[in-house]
Amino acid sequence: MSMSSPPTGRGALAKGEARLAWSLLAPTIAIITLVVVLPLLSIFWISFKPVKLADLRPAQVVVKESLRTRGDIPQLDYRIRNSSRDNIIANAGFSDTLPDSVTLLGELPPQCQLTGRDINCDFGDLEGGFSERYRIDVSIAGDMDTAEEALEGSEPKAFGKADHILTNSKFSLENFVRVFDGDEFMNVLWVTLFYTVVGTIGALVVGLFAALLLNKSFKGQGLLRGLYLFPYVAPVIAVAFTWVTLFDPFSGSANALLIQMGVSEGAINFFGERPLALITVTVFEIWRYFPLSFLFILARMQSIDTDMYEAADMDGASPFQKFWYLSMPQLLGILSVLFLLRFIWTFNKFDDIFLLTGGNAGTRTLTVNVYEQAFAISNIGAGAAVAVVIFCCLLTFSFFFFRYISQEEGL
Amino acid sequence: MSILRIGQVTAPIIGALWSFVVAVTVAIAMSFSTGAEFAPSGLGALIVGAILGMLVIYLPNRSLVAAVTLAVMILCALIGYGPIRVGENVSTIANVVGVLIFTGGFAPALVAMLPEVHQGELTRHEFEDAVIKFLTGFGYVFFTAIVVIPFYVMVMTSLKSQQALLQNPLDFSLDWEKGLGLFRSYSELFADFGFGSYLWTSFYVSVLTVFITLAFSIPGAYAVARLRFQGQKAFSRSILLIYMVPMIVLALPIYIAFSMIGLRNSILGIVMIYPVTTIPVALYMLQGYFRGLPAEVEEAGLMDGLGRLAVIWKITLPLSLPALASVSLYVFMIAWNEFLLAFMLLDDPSKFTLTRGVTMLNSSEIPRQHLMAGAVIATVPVMALFLGLERFMTKGLTAGSVKG
Repeated sequence: MSMSSPPTGRGALAKGEARLAWSLLAPTIAIITLVVVLPLLSIFWISFKPVKLADLRPAQVVVKESLRTRGDIPQLDYRIRNSSRDNIIANAGFSDTLPDSVTLLGELPPQCQLTGRDINCDFGDLEGGFSERYRIDVSIAGDMDTAEEALEGSEPKAFGKADHILTNSKFSLENFVRVFDGDEFMNVLWVTLFYTVVGTIGALVVGLFAALLLNKSFKGQGLLRGLYLFPYVAPVIAVAFTWVTLFDPFSGSANALLIQMGVSEGAINFFGERPLALITVTVFEIWRYFPLSFLFILARMQSIDTDMYEAADMDGASPFQKFWYLSMPQLLGILSVLFLLRFIWTFNKFDDIFLLTGGNAGTRTLTVNVYEQAFAISNIGAGAAVAVVIFCCLLTFSFFFFRYISQEEGL
Repeated sequence: MSILRIGQVTAPIIGALWSFVVAVTVAIAMSFSTGAEFAPSGLGALIVGAILGMLVIYLPNRSLVAAVTLAVMILCALIGYGPIRVGENVSTIANVVGVLIFTGGFAPALVAMLPEVHQGELTRHEFEDAVIKFLTGFGYVFFTAIVVIPFYVMVMTSLKSQQALLQNPLDFSLDWEKGLGLFRSYSELFADFGFGSYLWTSFYVSVLTVFITLAFSIPGAYAVARLRFQGQKAFSRSILLIYMVPMIVLALPIYIAFSMIGLRNSILGIVMIYPVTTIPVALYMLQGYFRGLPAEVEEAGLMDGLGRLAVIWKITLPLSLPALASVSLYVFMIAWNEFLLAFMLLDDPSKFTLTRGVTMLNSSEIPRQHLMAGAVIATVPVMALFLGLERFMTKGLTAGSVKG
């Protein structure tokens, strides 16, 4: 049994290989779809929904039952209420069983029926914020306490159907209107832009300077390189809180030092004043991420051929000329890659500003605004709308990224 | 021809600037270590530095510079005006130490900065060389200072008491008589705030994240790097794209979903979500490494009758152990340092990770040194890993691109 003609198209081997590839990728694809793609899609959905943090619990019928004596007459109390202020609950009602020791004397509310010892109530649609109390005179066999216990032993069963705000067909543009409205949004955009651009360029320039320092071999070079990576490797909470402590206006060492040196008269509130707070968080960003640019630039520098510099030396080039005309062109590639990547990630940065200022004093960037809207103001929909804005910006960036950087890095 | 490029101008200027840098450094270092009143005097530093700089090019023997500097500094200390201004209640010993540090930091470096600077006109090469040497000296001081000071403050604050710091925020000198009492904040954190359990939670969550990440990303990375299939290019690009989605955008729907299905406030939820943030990074790093391995070795294995999976297990993985170490370290670091998700998803103090626990200490009712002690506890394990395995770590950082 053998094939005589050469295989055409994709052979069994190629097909098998592709099958294997997909099966190796399947777990990753599955989990990423579940935790990245689905949430991204749901963000778009939520951004069109008027949903508040409290709406995450669906509206429920809450029924409370109690036995009281008013005057001398014991009364059965039913309190029925809609847990949501805004949403209607359809076909709401409850059913309850009376204990043997309690007998009804008064009239039941018109929505209710008594069959044997079972009470069935149907209230139809409950408006949002509905809350009503019904009192019915009863007679009790035996003493009050045991009757009360027996009554509360059988909880009334509430029922009703409410739309969940996230799954119903109610949409609105309210979130976007709210987000784009007013000067606040422009301010947030401006802060984001300043933070991103200055932070990125600053980290690159400082990193370039640090790389130039360490681009020669001497004793302790490895040690210094390790030391200069500290700000990046340490947990953000640790360094952010350290900065807050260091620059505290009352007990911070930085202020004490500045006053002692005669640089400033009184305490400066580095994280609490406009526009200083924005500058301080940007400086923090530069401080924390210069190690990364430094590491990349240094790696690139060390791979530059030294022959070129020897030739330049022979031709009498000065150190600055060598840097500007020989090193810089070689570094442009890595610098532009770093710029774009850092730009995107600085734009996405949330933790740093959130921990340093909480977005106060004019430091609210788009990402902090997501948190602010969704959790501080409890308006999840508005937060999602900001997230959509971020996502659109991101798409624009990645377009540039793949346009210009892919060739550079061969991705 | 610039006037700057005359020896008699270059040397004093560099001397003055360097003197200023050293004066500021000494003042900060002395203030931070003793709490005493040290401050640089701008004008004094510039004048003294300029004089000494000028002297360097006129002295026949440059090794004399240190001696002259010492003499000048002692003179300055006696007349009470010089590069460093000292408060009235500063002890003589501190004064002497200040003078010595200044001399030691200033003189040899200055001589090294001006090796070819002489009287008269300088060549462009000589001039730029001196400038670059000055900038290098400044760079070392500057970078070391900005990195060391925050960490120094963090550690020292955690060892001091609140009152001592409020009294003099600059005084970081330790009261050695307290002995083990210095570590009171730490013992309180472990005894009363449950930091032992947070450390443990953080540790096992991070380790689990590493293993889950590797389990998903090794097969994926191998497929992307080695196997031919349609959509390979698109796939490697989308990995990068995912890598760029901001966490806060994902955190919101994840918070909602977890609230609805009851995974919020559970370690299980955290362990499920952390690997997803690290899988794209790991995949990206590993596929780069797999591509670099020689395909011939694997082909030889295939020829000898091993299946693909056996080849991966027996040939590829043993060959890529260094890369796996880098990736694991990097992923461990990300998981250990993760803050946002832990902050949003965990409310119950018994389930906190370390970063979440430290956030809890940031309140006005808890003294600052507790917060700083918490920060130290969070930092030390990563730092120890980093210093011990720096080679792998640095590789991981560069290969892992610039996830921040």
